[in-house]
Amino acid sequence: MQTGLEDQLGLYQKRIPIFTRSVKGRFRRFKTSVLVLAYAMYFLLPWIPWARLDAPAQALLFDLPGRQFLIFGLTVYPQNIIWLAFLLIIAAILLFFVTGLVGRAFCGYFCFQTVWTDFFIWIEKSIQGERPTRVRLFRQPWDREKIIKVGSTHGLWLLVSFWTGLSFVAYFTYAPQLVLDFFTGRAADAAYITTGLLTLTTYVAAGLMREQVCTYICPYGRFQSVMYAPETLAVHYDAKRGENVHGRAAVRAGRGIVTERRHDRAEGGISAERRLINLTTGARALAERHEKGLGDCIDCGLCVQVCPAGIDIREGLQYRCISCGLCIDACNTIMDSFGFPRGLIRYDSESNLAAATRTPPRLHWLGLKTLGYGAALILMSVLLVYSISSQDSFDRAVSQIRQPLYVVLSNNDIRNRYQVRITNKAAQEQTYFITAADIPADALDLGGFSEISIKPGHSGLVQASVHLPPALAAKIERFNLVITPKGKPAEARSESVHFDSPNRRP
Amino acid sequence: MSEQKLQSQTVQTTGHAWDGDLQEYNNPLPTWWVYTFYVTVVFAIVYWTIYPSWPIGKGWIGGASNITYVNSAGETKTHSWNTRALLVQDMNEAAAAQKPYFDKVSSMSYEQIAKDPEMNGFIISAGKSLFADNCAACHQSGGQGVVGFFPNLADDDWLYGGSFDKIHETLVGGRRGYMPAFSEVLSGEQIDQLANYVASLSGIGHDATKASAGNVLFHTDTAACFYCHAVDAKGRKDIGAPNLTDNIWLWANVPAAQGDASKVAAIRGVISSGLNKGVMPAWAGRLSTEQIKVLTVYVHELGGGQ
Repeated sequence: MQTGLEDQLGLYQKRIPIFTRSVKGRFRRFKTSVLVLAYAMYFLLPWIPWARLDAPAQALLFDLPGRQFLIFGLTVYPQNIIWLAFLLIIAAILLFFVTGLVGRAFCGYFCFQTVWTDFFIWIEKSIQGERPTRVRLFRQPWDREKIIKVGSTHGLWLLVSFWTGLSFVAYFTYAPQLVLDFFTGRAADAAYITTGLLTLTTYVAAGLMREQVCTYICPYGRFQSVMYAPETLAVHYDAKRGENVHGRAAVRAGRGIVTERRHDRAEGGISAERRLINLTTGARALAERHEKGLGDCIDCGLCVQVCPAGIDIREGLQYRCISCGLCIDACNTIMDSFGFPRGLIRYDSESNLAAATRTPPRLHWLGLKTLGYGAALILMSVLLVYSISSQDSFDRAVSQIRQPLYVVLSNNDIRNRYQVRITNKAAQEQTYFITAADIPADALDLGGFSEISIKPGHSGLVQASVHLPPALAAKIERFNLVITPKGKPAEARSESVHFDSPNRRP
Repeated sequence: MSEQKLQSQTVQTTGHAWDGDLQEYNNPLPTWWVYTFYVTVVFAIVYWTIYPSWPIGKGWIGGASNITYVNSAGETKTHSWNTRALLVQDMNEAAAAQKPYFDKVSSMSYEQIAKDPEMNGFIISAGKSLFADNCAACHQSGGQGVVGFFPNLADDDWLYGGSFDKIHETLVGGRRGYMPAFSEVLSGEQIDQLANYVASLSGIGHDATKASAGNVLFHTDTAACFYCHAVDAKGRKDIGAPNLTDNIWLWANVPAAQGDASKVAAIRGVISSGLNKGVMPAWAGRLSTEQIKVLTVYVHELGGGQ
């Protein structure tokens, strides 16, 4: 029997639209504060001024043509590329560390896909209304209302996307000038192309694709499972409590259930007194349910409605879950209003949920993996901080001229020549001296450059020639060239160089 | 059972039948593939029109964009885009970028150029490529020359003088080194004596008797070496006669010769047959004034100058 030929599974699945209901609670507040902070940083950083001598007065500027990254008081040159490697390693380890502890916290709260999608959903909600209104709008034909509402939503999305793109470009060139040039058509081609691409990708990813990016595109969503341990905290539905023996059941009226869904605005939530009443009546109602073998889940579906990934958390831990915690907020709201205890959906670990006796969920710091990641994180951070704080004020590269390796002079002396390149990494012009150690003082000839003055961020080239009498040349195989910034003897650095002579070929 | 049912529904046959019941499945290409293929065809036609696709003909076939450049004759030309024109354009841009430096070179003195850190950097890089393009064929890429053929520019010995002006003079007008062949006027014995004397000047092992006889020949009109190489045998820079008392050898390959006898023999060879091959071409017409000036400073730095 030929199998495989006939069961052709479609490779493309059309997006099932998700209309999320907004919710209030701890996790929503946390997500909102992260969003505000992230947006404030992303959109405002390029506009912070920072006075510099010979570079644009922008606090954060990735000056690609000038081959330098200006980060507040720090100037990063291409030779410091190792810092980027350190930073990426730190970011990766931090990701593993956090994921091992609390699951996909990055996905749920900090990932730019999540943050931008969150903001786009907020725009959508502000214009089109709450979930039921949006569903109705989606189903109704394209009339005037729908065109205006949907059109303005997409228009606003495009505007935000455009400003996102332009802000990104602003990191790479002087921002005020860029904005001026951009709208007068005088900016570089790269600026238009980058802004255009980012506008398009932001609009498509955060406006149109949303959770599809996490589900189908993002590799992190797929390999996260290997970082989970049984002790890892993640958003879980407590099935034992929610389903009991006979599963979920909707609450029917007249069963002693207090329905206080609508919060009084003036009160700002359920008052303590009311909550107490709810709890006692809720406890009675729960006892009744437990007697019948019913679970605590009243199957209201709010956890599904608020989910930006469009999943049902009650089906268990799944790869589509970005762990944003909104279902926890939703469930807690419902539990509160019924007077049931909170935490039917909560951050907990698989091992705790499977245990015979439950303990309150807690972070498991003391795993070998967590400690290892933590140690690596501290080590890399210390390395990075040390590397940045202990960097020299100048870079030097001494290369021996190899063609010819040596020259025999008329008096039989041997001459070697070296090319010394000094790059001034300090913020001001600096004069440097070049001297030689381990060889006679008169052996070093620097032409007219016994001292050279170099502007900040620039390089200077000096040709050094060293000649030694044959007897000395036979003995000296290496010597040191010492480069000293004028007035800063503590910053002197020496470079060991080779000396070649006819009798000792390399 | 259910699979068979599925099969009859989804898999079609081409409708051909051989040997009564042998049929062929019809599995058409996926729709998305077919449409992608059509799109690539349309893309190719658009690409063909926009980009230069044929190296012949004029008009639209040359592509949608044009390129304007100034050719070597100074004329501004515009035609359809091609990489040759792009190269000319790039070369012009590079020349324009170098121009401020060359302008500075022509307005500064040698000494000023050699002391200016920025100009020094320019000399090192521009001089290096000029030297590699024009000089390295004979003098080698590091200026070390070839013993027996081309002088070493990296040592401290200057045949015609190592000042900026002398180096400039050499570059502009070229040089012609000449030494007569003494085998026509001297006997083999006399040449041997002279060779031993020249060897003694540089501290090479020699026959003392022959050397003292050579000394006489050197300083009298018999051989008359002193006319060019001077009485003290230190040479004359005005005519490019080399210093015979130092350890630099250009024509006689003494450094490579093993043993005193063969070193003396190398010297004897040069005295005997003379030389008429030390030709350095004049660069005045081939390089610009600024380029020659850059090379002057560069060569001066190679050997440390004088």
